[in-house]
Amino acid sequence: MKAPVPALELFHQMVRMRRFEEALSELWHQGRISGELHLGIGEEGIVAGVLDHLIEGDALALDHRPTPALVGRGTDLSLLALEMVGAETGLCRGHGGHMHLFDPERLAASSGIVGAAGPMACGFALSHQRLRPGRIAVAFSGESAINQGMMLESLNLAAVWELPVLFVVKDNGWAITTRSAEMTGGTLRKRAEGFGIAYTKVRGADVGAVWRAVGPMIDDLRRGRGPAMLHATCHRPSGHFEHDPLIRMVTSPREFAAESGPLTRSLADGSGGRIRDRIGGMRRVISTAAGMRVHLSKRRGDPVTRLEQTLDATAVARVRAAVEKEILSTLAEVGSP
Amino acid sequence: MTEFGAAIDLALGHAMVDDPKIVVFGEDTPLLRRELLVRFGPERVRPTPISESAFLGAAVGAALGGLRPVVEVQLVDFLMVGLSALVNEAAKIEAFSGGRWNVPIVVRATCGGGYGDAGQHEQALWGMLAGVPGLAVVVPSTPADAAGLMRASIENDGPVVFLEHKLLSRQWRDAMAGGRRESVTFDVPPDGADGPVLDPPPPVPLGSAIERRLGGDVTLISLGVGVHRCLSASEELGERGVECTVIDVRSVAPLDRAAIETAARRTGRVVAVDEDYTRGGLSGEIAAVVAEAGISARFARVTTEDTIPYARHLEDATLPNVDRIVSAVESLLD
Ligand SMILES: Cc1ncc(C[n+]2csc(CCOP(=O)(O)OP(=O)(O)O)c2C)c(N)n1
Ligand SMILES: [Mg+2]
Repeated sequence: MKAPVPALELFHQMVRMRRFEEALSELWHQGRISGELHLGIGEEGIVAGVLDHLIEGDALALDHRPTPALVGRGTDLSLLALEMVGAETGLCRGHGGHMHLFDPERLAASSGIVGAAGPMACGFALSHQRLRPGRIAVAFSGESAINQGMMLESLNLAAVWELPVLFVVKDNGWAITTRSAEMTGGTLRKRAEGFGIAYTKVRGADVGAVWRAVGPMIDDLRRGRGPAMLHATCHRPSGHFEHDPLIRMVTSPREFAAESGPLTRSLADGSGGRIRDRIGGMRRVISTAAGMRVHLSKRRGDPVTRLEQTLDATAVARVRAAVEKEILSTLAEVGSP
Repeated sequence: MTEFGAAIDLALGHAMVDDPKIVVFGEDTPLLRRELLVRFGPERVRPTPISESAFLGAAVGAALGGLRPVVEVQLVDFLMVGLSALVNEAAKIEAFSGGRWNVPIVVRATCGGGYGDAGQHEQALWGMLAGVPGLAVVVPSTPADAAGLMRASIENDGPVVFLEHKLLSRQWRDAMAGGRRESVTFDVPPDGADGPVLDPPPPVPLGSAIERRLGGDVTLISLGVGVHRCLSASEELGERGVECTVIDVRSVAPLDRAAIETAARRTGRVVAVDEDYTRGGLSGEIAAVVAEAGISARFARVTTEDTIPYARHLEDATLPNVDRIVSAVESLLD
């Protein structure tokens, strides 16, 4: 028997994640949040679709975009927001910040080291095998993290130890300014299958599809049938982190024009490579810039609006009003500078 | 005036003209080093996957094969992922081969804090790297030294870790700290961020310290951003009649022992100001240099004791700052 997709609940969680991160972006621009703030705006379909299947005792190993998963897992929003502004009363007493969020009650740990979620999830899963049978660990990572040695080693470790790890790969196609496909040999499917790991690919913009795909995978994990990989595509319209200067350089016509002087000088510089090499270099810069510009201007593939269109308008309004209230009261906790 | 990061690229560009065996690679390198990419072409300036252990290891092999790789790791913290290539391979081969083979690689990475990114992205880590025989580690504090040390690092026949402080480099300040927001401020030392650089930049020999200020009462020994903090503290102390010498070691390994000994002998009071962790690093090494030379001097250190916290006010108290330097100096006076 197939359970129906809990669409309204998934919508509610996605809107909470989205609105909370939009509020964080504002706080960042106000200067109240420091450092490189990586948001998961656009990834909510993947995160909500997976989290809905988790039960108490399951563990989360998170990457440099940990916030949506913690929001969805039930970490108190005020504790999260206070942490982001470095308050003593924050989730980690102001010591961790947005890339190093830890919630021991929910067995949720994050790391800004690309690939670190793999081994972390394997360790959580090992502790489950002995201490919490039937529980699973989820590793969230980007698609480029799968080229990290420790991540590839984790796939093998999880396979040979038959660990209940779900590797969730959130694939936006890019790693900062690098097209992931250009730096990735073969396919994720073949990699997973090469390790004997069950693999499913799904469109992350469709939270219902994620939810339906993950259900049976997690059932198998709980039964001890070894690790699995969920490869979910997504689109993150705001790029790598808030106001990334490299991304702004290629997407802002004014800033890109400012580059043309130095780049033209480099191209004309006969002391450098042969002209063929220099043109090749210029071509690469331009194609990267153009590729990124097209990528970021894409407005399709938003999991929130996509689901919203299928829902009853009054139900949507009710959810949105409830979330606005929650966000407002959270921001009130954070106060003004 | 030349900006700190531009000074490094200036030196790198000259070196690449002079020696076609130099290749540059790292994550996002094509856009980060776009001027070099356009000038020298995609064969010499290339991107890598996020695979630090593989591409650092490959740099060692490429060097054995005759290239001179300059590998960019965005943050020294990420270098920890590929450490074996440096510690177990690059650092060992000259010794293990009986001096018959060497590994001319430069690992360029950013380091340091002061912008609220917490201790996984703000570490110094030069002490632990410099502790390994066979590795050189340099940390410039001015654009001229950044260019000169890059030139010397490339010319060096062994592996060098070249660390650029994120507060000094505009590119990294903008990226990591969101430095173009008007709503945030950072304590950026102006003389470290911009300064005169000769073109072409003359090399600064590895292992040569420089005296940034001369005074008879106390010697402050530092590097990187710490040098500028020491100079500010010296100004403040000077107004109270306490005269400081400031030594910028510039290179953690090799370390200019003679410069440290001379200044310590002259003042009899030494304060090591090191943004790196307290234990097992440069500050203790400075004390050892003084003690081994048989100099009787009073010693204090201003270092990073704990994991660097995220919150700006906690971070300020954790990293060496002018107030802490002044107190350390005062503790040696009585
Ligand atoms: C070990 C390590 N190397 C490099 C980085 C710098 N870095 C942070 S995020 C990132 C790109 C990650 O790409 P992907 O895995 O696709 O995740 P996305 O950012 O697209 O979500 C890089 C290179 C890092 N944090 N850790
Ligand atoms: Mg990605």
